[in-house]
Amino acid sequence: MTDPIVRIEKLKIALPEGADRPYAVDRCSFDLFPGKILCVVGESGSGKSMSANALMGLLPEGVHVSDGRIRLGERDLVGLTDEEMRDLRGRRVAMIFQEPLSALNPLMRIEDQIAEVFEAHGLLKPAERKKRAVELLTEVGLPDPARAARAYPHQLSGGQRQRVVIAMALALEPEVLVADEPTTALDVTTQAQILELIRTLQVERNMAVMFITHDFGVVAEIADHVTVMQLGKIVEEGPAATVLSNPQHPYTRKLIDAIPKLRAGRAAAPARETLMEVKGVSKTYRSGGGLFRPVREVHAVKDINLTIGRGETIGIVGESGSGKSSFGRCLVRLQDTDQGQILLGDQDITKAQGKELQELRAKVQMIFQDPYSSLNPRIRVGRTIADGPIAHGTPVDQAMAEADALLERVGLPGAGKRYPHEFSGGQRQRIGIARALALKPQVIVADEAVSALDVSIQAQVLELLDELKRELDLSLVFITHDLRVAAQICDRVMVMQKGECVEIGPGSQVFDNPSHPYTRSLIEAIPGKDWDAEAA
Amino acid sequence: MLRFILGRMVKIALILLAITILNFCLIHMAPGDPALVMAGEAGDADPKFIEDLRAQFGLDKPFIVQLWTYVSHFATGDLGFSYRQQMPVSELILDRLPATLLLSISAFVISLVLGVVAGVIAAARQGKASDSIISTIALLFYATPLFWMALMAVLLFSVQLGWMPAFGYETAASDFTGLTRILDIAHHLILPAVVLGLFFMATYVRITRASMLEVNRLDFVKTARAKGLKPSVIQRRHVLRNAILPVVTLAGLHAGQLVGGAVLIETVFAWPGIGRLMFEALQSRDYNVLLGVFTVSAALVLMFNLITDFTYRIVDPRIRLK
Repeated sequence: MTDPIVRIEKLKIALPEGADRPYAVDRCSFDLFPGKILCVVGESGSGKSMSANALMGLLPEGVHVSDGRIRLGERDLVGLTDEEMRDLRGRRVAMIFQEPLSALNPLMRIEDQIAEVFEAHGLLKPAERKKRAVELLTEVGLPDPARAARAYPHQLSGGQRQRVVIAMALALEPEVLVADEPTTALDVTTQAQILELIRTLQVERNMAVMFITHDFGVVAEIADHVTVMQLGKIVEEGPAATVLSNPQHPYTRKLIDAIPKLRAGRAAAPARETLMEVKGVSKTYRSGGGLFRPVREVHAVKDINLTIGRGETIGIVGESGSGKSSFGRCLVRLQDTDQGQILLGDQDITKAQGKELQELRAKVQMIFQDPYSSLNPRIRVGRTIADGPIAHGTPVDQAMAEADALLERVGLPGAGKRYPHEFSGGQRQRIGIARALALKPQVIVADEAVSALDVSIQAQVLELLDELKRELDLSLVFITHDLRVAAQICDRVMVMQKGECVEIGPGSQVFDNPSHPYTRSLIEAIPGKDWDAEAA
Repeated sequence: MLRFILGRMVKIALILLAITILNFCLIHMAPGDPALVMAGEAGDADPKFIEDLRAQFGLDKPFIVQLWTYVSHFATGDLGFSYRQQMPVSELILDRLPATLLLSISAFVISLVLGVVAGVIAAARQGKASDSIISTIALLFYATPLFWMALMAVLLFSVQLGWMPAFGYETAASDFTGLTRILDIAHHLILPAVVLGLFFMATYVRITRASMLEVNRLDFVKTARAKGLKPSVIQRRHVLRNAILPVVTLAGLHAGQLVGGAVLIETVFAWPGIGRLMFEALQSRDYNVLLGVFTVSAALVLMFNLITDFTYRIVDPRIRLK
């Protein structure tokens, strides 16, 4: 076996005083080999990103390596001066990041941002740098690279921007590439393409890759080796095939078990009476349009028809821009529709006004995606939950008492007097669920309600939702980009593309026997589906 | 781009017209009659004389006719005639405008440059002594009443040290021409411009500092570090360029107030600008001058707004290309 290019030995990273633990990373050792991909897996707070940042010499202020070695070839990177480290960054070790949308400077052209890498290390003449930028963009598979080079970041899609970031990282042919969740923010089909790209480039250039992810599906797709981290410590490591098929440590097993399996989780519930009926709903966004400017139109939702049965869970899946969130917002009338009807009983949500609308709102409630921004930080959570009932005329004392009971039901007894920032993401999402339940709705629209959560927390929240749904006989409209989640909990699934419904049917039918090519491409792109199939 | 400018020009013209009509109505609702003031000053309160004055200036006509006369003249660029100074209003204003613009633009540039530089330094030294010293000094200038600061500056630099002239736009009764005259004006300008500039500096210090710190946390700054760029390059090219956007917004708002904001300083330093013209016109109920000053300052506000929008389109490609 070849020698490792990077040897990390008993690395200890100290956190500033007052953090939840003294060491972000505690005596971790691992090696990176040329031409191999090491996946470092863990949930938020496991220390996986910290170890990557330590390797780059990019630890946040107040955090430092307190012990251990990071060897790059013969050199120990711990204790290098800023200047020495700067010389290595970009040239021998390069990094790509999670958020392609924010990883590029919005005010600079792409070519200038790539040219900077050469400039930083005093290589090439200015004109050659730009020429090389175009070559690199060609190499990472951007269509029309010459034009992309002249573009600003906002003119490119998320996947294209991630390709730019990769091109930038590869500019100086580094020996080591650190990738921190590079596909987490991308749509599933884009993710598959980017994973493929990283794999190809890494083999071509014989690079060592440290790939950080929380997603075992991604691990199954690209890893040679796996290291599992929990709370700053390595709990398991080994060849990818071994760890995936035969995990030893209970934490690894827990993580793998928590991944929803890609097959219909249950037979579709027997059909019951229709609760909600959507007839030909369309929504068009118009923007611009001034004195001398033409109006731009985006057809977000086009002629959607759907019936939702009592107690049924309907999944709405699609990629970003498919119109699934717009449709969800129409259902709860957070947004007016242009055409069509949404009937609850004999009342039309799209037309209701005043008192009728207020009563209808109580019956259709929503759970939002981001547990951090969907709760008002200055209001105690008990009051946030009670606000709805109070607005509908429940006396304050009674509403507050009911809020406490709801918090207890979602597993947060006595939480009512506290503020949102005192809770973790998963706990906040439970509060969001309690808030949605406060008005005793018949239908709940959950928009990406678990996407921001770690996989084990996600499993708990999904379980809670399912329990509550049965207990209260709710109908659930579950909007998600994650086909695994949809497969697990939905009776029927609707697939949306560019505002249109391309396929709808029972989960088993849509996932096992998709009829539309778009659905097939979505399923094809899910990371780790082969591994899934083997496990089944 | 041409479309953008055309659209904005039409909007500006409409807004300016609306402001003029509104000002005209406001002034006519205010108590005080110019004919009475003039008759009083002439020492003749004879009702016949007052009636004659009214007829002479058209003040006896119905309000709506007066408004129409004003607006139709305004549309051709005629701002009317000053009863008091026996001069066309536009001439009066054009006579005073350069002094005001010179003073306020100098103060604006001083506050902007000093504020941004100090803000960048404070952000770079966050939490250190120099950070708090910069913030304290900026706040001190901001919290001190402007006229008091102006008086103290005169006391110190003109009376005690004798470095600067105490008041005026240029040395009276001097026959300086060419470069000598320019230097003379510059010498007179320093004190009022610096005092006014220091006063407005504080907001720029604060917003630049906060904005720099915020941009520093963004992902693309980390990308830049991962490339191996020098910290100084990162701060200048990546952080400052992004951090300057809110400063542009503030500067645009601020530039609009420049004409009105200099009234106090013009008074203390006897600076022959528009602010003092307005104040005198107000005391003597010189309607046409007052209206003219209002209209011109409104036009300047709108113009600075347009310039701000242009600047924004230059510094932020996201707006340019939308």
